[in-house]
Amino acid sequence: MTKPNQTLETLLQQNYEHGFVTDIESDTLPPGLNADTVRAISAKKNEPEFMLAWRLKAYEHWCQLTEPHWAHLKYTPIDYQAICYYSAPKLKDGPKSLDEVDPKLIETYNKLGIPLKEQEWLAGVAVDAVFDSISVATTFKDKLNDMGIIFCSFSDAVQNHPDLVQQYLGSVVPYTDNFFAALNAAVFSDGSFVYIPPGVRCPMELSTYFRINAKSTGQFERTLIIADKGAYVSYLEGCTAPQRDENQLHAAVVELVALDNAQIKYSTVQNWYPGDENGVGGIYNFVTKRGECRGEHSKISWTQVETGSAITWKYPSVILKGDYSVGEFYSVALTNHHQQADTGTKMVHIGKHTKSTIVSKGISAGFAQNTYRGLVKVLAQADGAHNYTRCDSLLMGTHCGAHTFPYIESKNSRARIEHEASTSKISEDQLFYLAQRGIDTENAVSMIVNGFCKEVMKTLPMEFAVEARKLLGLSLEGSIG
Amino acid sequence: MLIINKLQVSIQNKAILKGIDLKIKPGEVHAIMGPNGSGKSTLANVLSGREEYDITAGTLHYQGVDLAPLTPDERAHLGLFLSFQYPVEIPGVSNLYLLKSALNAKRKHQGLDEIDAIDFLSVVREKMKLLQMDDSYLYRDVNTGFSGGEKKRNEILQLLLLEPSLCILDETDSGLDIDALRIVAKGINLMRNENRSILLITHYQRLLDYIKPDVVHVLSDGKMIAEGDYQLAAVLEAEGYEPFIQKKAGD
Ligand SMILES: Nc1ncnc2c1ncn2[C@@H]1O[C@H](COP(=O)(O)OP(=O)(O)OP(=O)(O)O)[C@@H](O)[C@H]1O
Ligand SMILES: [Mg+2]
Repeated sequence: MTKPNQTLETLLQQNYEHGFVTDIESDTLPPGLNADTVRAISAKKNEPEFMLAWRLKAYEHWCQLTEPHWAHLKYTPIDYQAICYYSAPKLKDGPKSLDEVDPKLIETYNKLGIPLKEQEWLAGVAVDAVFDSISVATTFKDKLNDMGIIFCSFSDAVQNHPDLVQQYLGSVVPYTDNFFAALNAAVFSDGSFVYIPPGVRCPMELSTYFRINAKSTGQFERTLIIADKGAYVSYLEGCTAPQRDENQLHAAVVELVALDNAQIKYSTVQNWYPGDENGVGGIYNFVTKRGECRGEHSKISWTQVETGSAITWKYPSVILKGDYSVGEFYSVALTNHHQQADTGTKMVHIGKHTKSTIVSKGISAGFAQNTYRGLVKVLAQADGAHNYTRCDSLLMGTHCGAHTFPYIESKNSRARIEHEASTSKISEDQLFYLAQRGIDTENAVSMIVNGFCKEVMKTLPMEFAVEARKLLGLSLEGSIG
Repeated sequence: MLIINKLQVSIQNKAILKGIDLKIKPGEVHAIMGPNGSGKSTLANVLSGREEYDITAGTLHYQGVDLAPLTPDERAHLGLFLSFQYPVEIPGVSNLYLLKSALNAKRKHQGLDEIDAIDFLSVVREKMKLLQMDDSYLYRDVNTGFSGGEKKRNEILQLLLLEPSLCILDETDSGLDIDALRIVAKGINLMRNENRSILLITHYQRLLDYIKPDVVHVLSDGKMIAEGDYQLAAVLEAEGYEPFIQKKAGD
């Protein structure tokens, strides 16, 4: 392992040193993608040779692929040559204060109970003071450092821990995996890197929230988390506040590696701009997330609450390689208006006595389409494999749709695979009952929906869960009555 | 005071209530009895503001306010409470959360702050003790998996907590065992005071032995066909509805 020097502290200081506001002038490549674009990105980031070679191979592979269209999604074609693939953060262009931010956005922040300083950060207000809100992070920095935990931006990891990056990058999601994964590998700008040394239990939830330079990592983000033998980490991605971004296409990759007896808990709240009530605008979110339980008795849990984006294409998966390893997927996907979500998971049982649990809760309102797509694959050698899947859909109104595609491929006849599914409508009786108790429609809907999702919500870390509850209610505002 | 004037109600173009007049003054307890399907629950639902019903004629006023344009939650904030004939299950929502949300919704309407978590627990526990309900009901999902009698007791718990001024109890006694009936009746009697109006819908005289009504009404086929004091329940118990229906038809 390399020197664990690049910690949160140095990161924070660097940003202050560089002014963050003044020095980083816009520095943008012209739109379009070719091998030179890839070379330019790598050069701007001052990357070692292995990174450039890997990016170029990914680019060449991507050129041979066509965009997949098997998902239950409809959207106007994406012009990949019209996208700008590198743009350094240009914070000067951001609003000068919250007064310049869309009042609707501020209203939502207030409803979610987000402190003022964090609101400024989220809204991209370009002031130094914003950084103070994240200063809580500095109280944790020493602790992480002392424990040998690496938590930094991907770019910093490439500079300071190239051996770890080289060893693990693409080992779970190779650039050959799919169209969007290949694109991400070729042009990804930044992201997060976490390494937990053997036997270390990370004492706090790690969150991009606490890492200021997570701002402007842009549309092609890459995260790599490694839990060495016997290590434990809980990682939080995203936040409940609606995030706006002028980039329509987001194609992120997340790779998790759990070695023997290690455990990774990865929680996401995704609330990118979903477009307006008429389906105009909104983010296309094509994400590849995969974890590999590489060691025996390892465990990876994904929990996601997806309420944002115009289009969500996302299947957080677990490769259960180690014997007795455990994979979990807990998902709430809420779609309203004209949103479309095609999401689910893949559990691949390779090791013996591997176990997976899938709990998916889909909520559709308005004209939205919500699809669960899951694959449980059991290889011949996976004796004692066990999967439990539960998919529930809740429909609000008559114009929305819920679809369930649970695929099962088992080569081991003794594997136990259980599947339960249900589709229900939000009931008038429940709404009337709650209204009779003085609870208004918005709160009643929020209560019923949160009740429907309880199994998933309770797997979220406490403070995240509180915000996520409010978020579900807000996302459904005006969908009934 | 509740004033119902010549109320006619239909559902899916089928007339259910065919001209109802009813006045309940503060402090009074009225009972409505009547055959199955006569429209008792319909009246309770219409008073509470359930949407599916069409008011085709007549008016509803409570404390001088016309109820017709108000939503169910607005009526609840006026002090109207319905103990449901069939309480609704809400999976995943704890009883505690519902009780607290309901109480806070009321407090918000009154311009009060949310109740302190500890104060809330002590108030709820006091009411639960009165109803001889175990603490565990607080942490179970609302009515989910509750027995028929447990659901009814849970309705009365909400009533005691919310302290409404107009209580409509739709067959709260049905499904309660003998001891439970006594306990629930005791709870309701404690609520009785000069400001509160209570409307009991029931099939059995037994409940009225515990909670003595000022007036008993008989509803049949959407019309009030008889009215009397507490004694009327005993007559009905002995003779059934038929003689009253015949007599009305003969009028
Ligand atoms: N949603 C509905 N659709 C059609 N008919 C309805 C509906 N609701 C009630 N009714 C009819 O209206 C009539 C009155 O029903 P209601 O529930 O008010 O009777 P009730 O007096 O409360 O009877 P019970 O003593 O059995 O509770 C019945 O004939 C019932 O079938
Ligand atoms: Mg009834």
